Amino acid sequence: MRSFTLIDFVSLFAALRWTIALVVLAIAFGAPLALGLAMGRISRFTGLRWAMAGLIQTIQSVPLLGLLFFFYFGMPVFLGIQVPAILAVTVAYTLYTAAFLGEIWRGGLEAVKQAQWEAGACLGLSAWQQFRHIIAPQALRLSLPPTVGFLVQLIKGTSLASILGFVELARAGQVVSAATFQPLLTYALVAAIYFALCLPLTLWSRSLEARLDGSR
Amino acid sequence: MNFLPLWRYQNQLVDGAIVTLELTVISALAGLLIGVAGALALKGRIAPLRWLVRFYIELFRNTPSLIQIFIVFFVLPTFGLKIPAFEAACVALSLYFGAYSVEIIRAGLDSIPRNQLEAGQCLGLSGWQVFRHIVLPPALRNAYPAVTSQFVLLLLGTSLASQVAADELFHVAGFVESRTYRSFEVYAVICVVYFAMAMGFKALFAIIATAAFRWPRRR
Repeated sequence: MRSFTLIDFVSLFAALRWTIALVVLAIAFGAPLALGLAMGRISRFTGLRWAMAGLIQTIQSVPLLGLLFFFYFGMPVFLGIQVPAILAVTVAYTLYTAAFLGEIWRGGLEAVKQAQWEAGACLGLSAWQQFRHIIAPQALRLSLPPTVGFLVQLIKGTSLASILGFVELARAGQVVSAATFQPLLTYALVAAIYFALCLPLTLWSRSLEARLDGSR
Repeated sequence: MNFLPLWRYQNQLVDGAIVTLELTVISALAGLLIGVAGALALKGRIAPLRWLVRFYIELFRNTPSLIQIFIVFFVLPTFGLKIPAFEAACVALSLYFGAYSVEIIRAGLDSIPRNQLEAGQCLGLSGWQVFRHIVLPPALRNAYPAVTSQFVLLLLGTSLASQVAADELFHVAGFVESRTYRSFEVYAVICVVYFAMAMGFKALFAIIATAAFRWPRRR
C-alpha cells in the first residue's frame, strides 16, 4: 500500500491517449462503413435495404461488451490465426460505430425531401451528383447534433476495452485504485476526466440542435 | 467450433438471463421514478433544485456507466455502506437510466402546445383533468419511443454489472467459459441470448404502442 502520488495522476493522463486512439480508430473505420450502410438503407433495391437494416438491427441488439468478446475470441476462430487484440477490438468498435452512425445518417438523408432529388434530376444531375451536391450537405447539417451525441456514447463506450485488458483510462483507474487503495479519489478523478472530455461535446451537440431548430 | 460442452450449463444460463431481466426491470422502474421526479423539479419554481437536477443529468450522462458501477460498488463501502453486487448495479444503473429519463419525460411534457392547455381551461376542466386528458396521453405517446429504446439500451448495458460480479448473464458467461474453455462459443451464445431478449422487448413495445396509442396523429 502506498499513497496517491503525482505518478498515479500522470499515469491516468497517459492512459487517456489509448482512450482517444480507440475513438479515432472507431471513427476512421466506422464512419465510411456507416455512410455505406446509410446509403444502402435508402437504396432502390429492396434486398439491399433489408440486408442493411438487418445488420444494423443485429449490432444494435447485442451489448457492446458482447461484441467485444465475440470478436476478441472469434477472430482467431474465423481467420484460423492469432490476431493482435487491438485488431479485434477495432473491428468491434468499428461495427458498433457503423451501426449507430449509419442509422443516424439514414435519418438525416430521409429527412431531406424527395422533391430535392427530383429537382436535381430535372437539372440534369446524375444520381451521384444529386447525392453529393444537394442531399448530402443538407443531411449532414441535420444529422450533426446526433452524430456529436453519439461521439459521447463512443468515448464512454471505450471504457469497456478495459475489460479485455486494454490500459486505457478506465483500466488505468483500476490499476491505480488497486495500488493505492484509494478507490474514491481514483474513480472520482477518472470520472472527472471522462466528464471533461464529454461535456463540451454534449454542450456543442445541444447548441447545434438549438441552432437547427431556429433556422427551420 | 464446438457448442456441445455448453449444453450442460443451460440452467445456469437461464438463471443468468432471469437475473439480467430483474436487473433491467428494477433499474428501469426506479429510473423512471427518478425521471418523473426530475422532470417535475425541472419544471418547478425552486431554482437550486433545478440546478441540482441539471448537474445530476450532466454528471451521469457524461461519464461511463462502467465507472459509475465501480464507484457505487467500490467507493460506498469506504463510507461504511457495504452493498452486494446486484444491489450496487441496480443503484448505478437506475441513476444512469434516470438521468436519460428526466430529459425524455421533460421533452414529452414540453411537446404539448401551451394553447391546448388553455383550451382545456376554457372548457372548464380542472387542473388535474387538463393533465389527465390533454397533457398525459400525447406526452406519453411522444416520450414512448425514446423511453423504450433507452430501455433496450439499459437491457444491453446490464452486462456491465458482470464487472462487479453480479450474477447476471454476462457473469454466468465468464463462469461457463472458465469451466469449458470454449470462449468463442460461450460469447456467441450469450450474444444470441441478448439479441433474442432485445428483439422480444422491441416486439412487445411495438404491440403495446399499437394497442395503446390508437388515436390519429394529426388531422
